[in-house]
Amino acid sequence: MFFNSLLTNFAALEVGQHLYWQIGNIRLHGQVFLTSWILLGALLVFISLGTKKMENDPKGLQNLLEFLWDYIRDLARTQIGEKVYRDWMPFIGTLFLFVFVSNWGGALIPWRLIKLPSGELGAPTADINTTIALALLVSLSYFYAGLSNKGWRYFEYYVHPTPIMLPFKILEDFTKPLSLSFRLFGNILADELVVGVLVFLVPLILPIPVMFLGLFTSAIQALIFATLAAYYIGEAVEEHH
Amino acid sequence: MLAFNFFGATEGGLFDINATLPLMAIQVVALTYILNSLFFKPVGNVVEKREKFVSNNIIEAKNKLSEVKKLEADLLTQLQSARTEAQRIVSEAENESDKLYKEALELANNEANASKEKARLEIESQTTAARDQLTKQADDLSELIVNRLILEK
Repeated sequence: MFFNSLLTNFAALEVGQHLYWQIGNIRLHGQVFLTSWILLGALLVFISLGTKKMENDPKGLQNLLEFLWDYIRDLARTQIGEKVYRDWMPFIGTLFLFVFVSNWGGALIPWRLIKLPSGELGAPTADINTTIALALLVSLSYFYAGLSNKGWRYFEYYVHPTPIMLPFKILEDFTKPLSLSFRLFGNILADELVVGVLVFLVPLILPIPVMFLGLFTSAIQALIFATLAAYYIGEAVEEHH
Repeated sequence: MLAFNFFGATEGGLFDINATLPLMAIQVVALTYILNSLFFKPVGNVVEKREKFVSNNIIEAKNKLSEVKKLEADLLTQLQSARTEAQRIVSEAENESDKLYKEALELANNEANASKEKARLEIESQTTAARDQLTKQADDLSELIVNRLILEK
């Protein structure tokens, strides 16, 4: 009996339900784009406000943005290295900001209050399409970074330090995007589900610590994603001796 | 419901991959360019300008400090040489004055000795003169006495 009610509650969470947009032949998950546009819009407004009047003595929002910039630079510099981190800093920073804003926006904004005909709004990163898109971009980036920096010598990486590593290194090219995308997707979806289930079972107080844990996880996941992306790029451009 | 839709291939499901994926990728790439021009470039310019300004100021201050230290050392050596020079002059002057004092003392001593000698000679001569006179007077007197005695007889 209890199990049954739990199942219906799960069903009420609408796991795996999507708001489909049909454009010609292609089908899109509308709720992902809706939330991502709202969150990215907010992010861009925030950034435009902060960079509107840049001064040498930073005030208010500019301080925060400079702190953020410094944080991202440090992240990119430590992982990618002094030589090429500048080229990749915007990409790493965008990944970090996108994942962070998506995770926190999904956790903090009560999307459930907005009723959709099908599916529900939530963190864009809780959709597998988004995380695979991000992970594939990371894969393309590190291939591009390696090839553009070292040319064909990039493939020395596959037989470094011995040719025995070749199959493992090739396997890594598949596991990297897989782990990147599923880690993010799993963490954020699990967080949403746990909070959702708890809210259904015990609507008061009990979900709050879990929500805080979710915020913590969300921030950590953004950091992990950006750090790993930077690390992969750094690994690709690193010079072997 | 959950289990049914979990791997739902045709409609819905957690792993429903469709055109959302490439569009999202395009959206993220676009976001990268937008954020680069809106956020990373301007903020980076400001921060790096300030870092350059600060490091330039630090370098300048360091240069000035080393210059000040050099000048200080220079002044110190100058002071040292001036001090030894002063010491030399003072000791020279002391020697000079000592010499002068000794000379003056000797001169004065000589003069005093000479005048003393002169006085002694004068005294001696006067004493002799006086003794001579006394002797002469005694002679005269004795002669006179003798004459008187002779005349009385």
